[in-house]
Amino acid sequence: MTIQTEAIALPPRSPSRYASLRLGDFPLIPALILGGVAFVAIFANLLAPHNPEIGSLAARFRPPFWETGGSAKYLLGTDQLGRDVLSRLIFGARVSMVVGFTAVIFAGTVGTTLGIISGYLGGWVDQVVMRITDTWLALPPLMFAIFLAAIVGPSMWNIVIILGLVYWTRYARVIRGEVLSLKEREFVRLAIVAGCSKWTIMYRHILPNVVNSAIVLGTLMLGVVIITEASLSFLGVGVPPPEPAWGLMLSDGKQSLMVGRWWLSVLPGLCIMLMVLSANLLGDWLRVKLDPQLRQL
Amino acid sequence: MRAGPLLEIRDLSTHYVSSRGTRVVRAVDQVSLRINAGETLGIVGESGSGKSTLALTILRVLPPAARIVSGEMLFEGEDLVQKSDAEMQHVRGKRIAMILQDPMASLNPLFTIGDQVAEPIRVHEGAGRATAWRRARELLRAVRIPSPETRVTQYPHEMSGGMRQRIVGAIGISCEPRLLIADEPTTSLDLTIQAQYLNLLRELQRAHGLALIFITHNLGIVAKMCDQLAVMYAGRVVESGPVSRIFNAPAHPYTEALLNSIPRMSDSAQRLTAIEGQPPDLAALPRGCSFAPRCVRAFDRCHVETPPEFALGGGRTARCWLADRPRIEAA
Repeated sequence: MTIQTEAIALPPRSPSRYASLRLGDFPLIPALILGGVAFVAIFANLLAPHNPEIGSLAARFRPPFWETGGSAKYLLGTDQLGRDVLSRLIFGARVSMVVGFTAVIFAGTVGTTLGIISGYLGGWVDQVVMRITDTWLALPPLMFAIFLAAIVGPSMWNIVIILGLVYWTRYARVIRGEVLSLKEREFVRLAIVAGCSKWTIMYRHILPNVVNSAIVLGTLMLGVVIITEASLSFLGVGVPPPEPAWGLMLSDGKQSLMVGRWWLSVLPGLCIMLMVLSANLLGDWLRVKLDPQLRQL
Repeated sequence: MRAGPLLEIRDLSTHYVSSRGTRVVRAVDQVSLRINAGETLGIVGESGSGKSTLALTILRVLPPAARIVSGEMLFEGEDLVQKSDAEMQHVRGKRIAMILQDPMASLNPLFTIGDQVAEPIRVHEGAGRATAWRRARELLRAVRIPSPETRVTQYPHEMSGGMRQRIVGAIGISCEPRLLIADEPTTSLDLTIQAQYLNLLRELQRAHGLALIFITHNLGIVAKMCDQLAVMYAGRVVESGPVSRIFNAPAHPYTEALLNSIPRMSDSAQRLTAIEGQPPDLAALPRGCSFAPRCVRAFDRCHVETPPEFALGGGRTARCWLADRPRIEAA
């Protein structure tokens, strides 16, 4: 018995698996905000009207242009050293973006790798990695970060490494859980009986299947990481002055808040809030969209 | 050609041992089987009779709790039990391939068909991407996938069930193995696709001189596909031999009961014949023959002594006191 099949001309290439994402409920505003921040961060040199680190003491505590005493020269006013707040915010976006993304990627790489190894190999490897993760998670992240920062000293790249070291455990946990269910799937068994080595299976079959979760977790972690960075800078163990970081600006502005110089702390605070909110909304949308059960492969 | 069987299993036992060693499940117990090149061996039995564990044992891909406690598996003269894990990796997929119970789920949803068919070729033969893909297209043609040139770039979810099944078959034969183990490959398919797939397997078998171990609980498929048959019950092979002989005159009451439980169109008025009772707990087997509590022809000795494997001539064996020729002749 043979079945005659007609040779139907098939479309040359199927659309990518992301093409099926419906864009109807796409969170446009958060995406625009994040995109805007990224744009500003990249072109900070061209966009900033003044040097963010050098001010003129003659022009201290100028209010934003719409308040009395404000001028168009300093659109969002100046701080206690006469530095332009707008320029500092623009360069601060660069710090937040660089620290946020590299720390998330660093934590994601470490956490995903350990999560896959731990989940797939199981046994004592799993025990060791998961007990370390438990210990890590038991430490309050901010305290732990302050502790590490106090040891290695403040610098932007140290902050990246510290944030990566503090937050890798969240990835390890989530990814391990997913690997545990993936490794029981038939295609992994088929790879085993087809003679693939453990490492080939982890790299070729497990990793691509957990990348979605890692990306979603990454967008959610972006907000957490940016807040932690701002907190560390606020507490004086983060990005060292005079480099403009939002958290640092917030901290610098807190004394003059009581005498009515609100723009020094409210504006950077607003930037942090908008960016974190956008990252979380975008992450939430991605989480729903990339969920394999909702995605209908 | 080598003389002797392609795979000879002697006295093989695989047990699942609980972590504290207090509970031992004899999933495969003292199994002896042989399969010649190009032959098809059917393994039937109820679920839980050790069929799948036997298949996993042959490929040495057992779960961590399972141990091969005794026996040998001579494959082309080499004992698979003694091989190291690294050596087994070169056997799996290359010399012995396997098709899993649910081929529908056996494909990775994130890779193209071409990548997945090419994978064993790249792993085992170190072939480059281009060569492996060319082979993949040939293999898809061999398993009758229409327009393989475009199909290789597609993803599993763009295929029908029957096609995915054939693709899994293509992966199985991609490195031209000598032995293909098919573990209930058709249970998830509808009947017409089943028939098509079985035909395809037979064709591939003839074309490549494959030996096939066919694990199923469907005796109809055994009758159609297999040359040799082994019936498993509670981890043991209770009867084995050429299919036609066993079907004509089963030597073990369990085989007889299995054959009687096939529903027939002719006796539509009757109820389905079932075997009374439950298969025994493999961790606490009854004394004597493990089928004795359910056996209609059991007598005193069955409840006391475990029957050995009696050779019945013509390549047949049975583990049943009824097959004990001297006793029958004496009676």
